[in-house]
Amino acid sequence: MMNPQSCVKIQKEWDIVGARQLGRELAKEIGFGTVDQARIATAISELARNIYLYANHGEIRYEIIQVPEHKAGLCLIAEDEGPGISDISQVMKDGYTTSGGLGAGLPGVKRLMDEFEIHTEVERGTRIRTIKWLR
Amino acid sequence: MENFFKERAEEYKKLLAEYIETQDEKALYEVELVSKAFIKHNILPEEIINLHIKALKEIYPDLVVSYEHSMDFLLEAMISYGLAHQEIQVLREQQIALKSEISIAAEMQQKLLRTNKPEVPGVDIGVISVPANQMNGDYYNFLLNTDGSIGIAMADVIGKGIPAALCMSMIKYSLDSFPEETMRPPVILNNLNRVVERNVESNMFITMMYAQYFPNSGRLAFSSAGHEPGYYYNAVEDRFTEITTRGLVLGVSEDAEYEEKELLINKDDMVILLTDGVTECRDGERFIEIHEVLEVIKQYSHLSSQEMVEQVYKHFERLQDFKLQDDFSLLILRKTV
Repeated sequence: MMNPQSCVKIQKEWDIVGARQLGRELAKEIGFGTVDQARIATAISELARNIYLYANHGEIRYEIIQVPEHKAGLCLIAEDEGPGISDISQVMKDGYTTSGGLGAGLPGVKRLMDEFEIHTEVERGTRIRTIKWLR
Repeated sequence: MENFFKERAEEYKKLLAEYIETQDEKALYEVELVSKAFIKHNILPEEIINLHIKALKEIYPDLVVSYEHSMDFLLEAMISYGLAHQEIQVLREQQIALKSEISIAAEMQQKLLRTNKPEVPGVDIGVISVPANQMNGDYYNFLLNTDGSIGIAMADVIGKGIPAALCMSMIKYSLDSFPEETMRPPVILNNLNRVVERNVESNMFITMMYAQYFPNSGRLAFSSAGHEPGYYYNAVEDRFTEITTRGLVLGVSEDAEYEEKELLINKDDMVILLTDGVTECRDGERFIEIHEVLEVIKQYSHLSSQEMVEQVYKHFERLQDFKLQDDFSLLILRKTV
């Protein structure tokens, strides 16, 4: 069962804070502990910053996933209609962004979360879907 | 894993309480051990801070709220460190894998570039070539021609590491493919120059000394393509003379011309070919002088050529504290009859 989606538009740097805020509230609601809340917030930061820096605008959507008697989790979808990524394998490599001080980058998001999927098309945009499961 | 963390968490709490009570060094030492165990199990910094917060709350149930918030703040600040730590971990593993791949490549290079030292009566040849890093940018090669002459190439790629090493394989296969009638030193350098000029990026150059020795007559013909000068040792006069010719390094210009010179060698005379890794050895901060190299060679001249080059290498290896700055290659040919 999925709850109705929540969504935060990313247009200015300040929106990143709002996106983190909502993500943390939802994470708390689902029952994530302090460490995982912080990890989810950091992952949202990375996703939102990518949108802000490279695509100018886009959005982050949130879905609470509840599988009855099974597990719960938080799904984040970051979507933009920006320039896209021409070489995904390059940006998914460790050492690509952190060395330049740009932050944890997409490998960082992948580490902070449990599941990670990326679809991107040059000049069309990028869509990243990532899930953190409650353990 | 879960169990490990729970046990250590208990221990951490106990040590923390003990330290707050006593400020005892023993607790600090023990937490050092706990910390090492955490590192070994890839526990991230934010988890340790979380553990600290929980332990503190258990020891002080009525902890000041503002202090608690400050700890949450610290935890948040550590998330990125945790990520950076994980990334470095992965990069380290990749580096180990890469190193082992390079050492396989280095072995392969040695096999590819293997050349047999000719055993010809009346000639005693010794040669050593040691790379500064894993892959060797120096190269020597012997060719035994049907007219009984011995062709000797001594080369150095300007530039180090893997690209230099790959470049040398090309030189070897070019040398092997030349028809024998072209085997005069200037002709060989001319041909190699064209190969290098056409196939190698313009930022890579090769220097080479090519010598052709006729054991029956004792005649030595040689040509240099911008290579470190060699030396001729006259046994009767007990004197070293520099041997070199004019000629551009390989790969610079298509129309480079190579000069040829000749020497007549008598019994106990020596011809020494080397690369700049020998002449540019360092003694502390100081580059050694060539006469020091020649002195050392003379010091071991009672030995066979092979023992000589090995002893000279050991001498300079020791002088440089066993850390070579550059690939080291030294070849000695001595007429024994």
